[in-house]
Amino acid sequence: MEPGWLPVAAPAFFEQVVTRGLALPHCHALGLQLQAASHGKTTLVLPFKPDWVGNPLTRVLHGGVVTTLADSAGALAIYTLLTEPESVATLDLRIDYLRLGLADLPLYCQAECYRLTSQIAFTRSILYQQNPDTPVAQAVATYMRSAAPKGGGR
Amino acid sequence: MSFAINTFADLQAANTAVPYAQFLGVECREEQGEPLFVLPYREQNIGNTLLPAIHGGVIGGFLENAAVLHLIWAREAQEIPKIIDFSIDYLRSAGPQDLFARCEIVRQGKRVANVLLSAWQEDPARPVATARAHYLLA
Repeated sequence: MEPGWLPVAAPAFFEQVVTRGLALPHCHALGLQLQAASHGKTTLVLPFKPDWVGNPLTRVLHGGVVTTLADSAGALAIYTLLTEPESVATLDLRIDYLRLGLADLPLYCQAECYRLTSQIAFTRSILYQQNPDTPVAQAVATYMRSAAPKGGGR
Repeated sequence: MSFAINTFADLQAANTAVPYAQFLGVECREEQGEPLFVLPYREQNIGNTLLPAIHGGVIGGFLENAAVLHLIWAREAQEIPKIIDFSIDYLRSAGPQDLFARCEIVRQGKRVANVLLSAWQEDPARPVATARAHYLLA
């Protein structure tokens, strides 16, 4: 773990959430890694694998990996603001595909929880490969908070 | 490698040629003359171990893949259309069971298609997610 994510609301709790979250079967299969975190923000990275290709002729990345990365990074951004276990469930997710995702490069997602209410979390994300100023995609997602301590389940 | 899809065997071959679809384990078959997409349950697709539930991103990726293949199938086109945007509503958690998906092309012009997608497990009338996507054709 990098010290760069110390400003989160509850560092020890967040570390637990990250460890469990990235070990979830699908996140583990993707090889998702946390690159940075701070109050309300996370950056996740998806290292390239040939499995992520959606078009075998052009080797452009499949939109599905963008969707999964955005959903996961948005959820983790919420946990930077929390201090106790709870579950968050994605209500909806919208992605604008701005550029083609290229093979052989990692995909990064900078996610921000920009509004947290007692029941709902609002997030937005930028997905990029070489430079955040030339994003591959932009995503917005809303999540429902649930007090039931199923926390760490995602 | 060609993506000309004229038969359901062609559709299955195209699906097999998409690396990400193979990573998820997507299959497709014919039902009442239309493509039906199936994601057989795999532990690797779980995103919540306590419920347990399939990762929301997997459901999204499964639907995006279904839309692309359905569009090629419907147009008998040879190119994979480019996705413009994708919007998904999660309606229920998807348990550790097979997932199914069907697509409907709502509008298809010369350049852009609007596709409506639905994913379910036991009952098509109780979808776990619905989605809408735009694709740039050719």
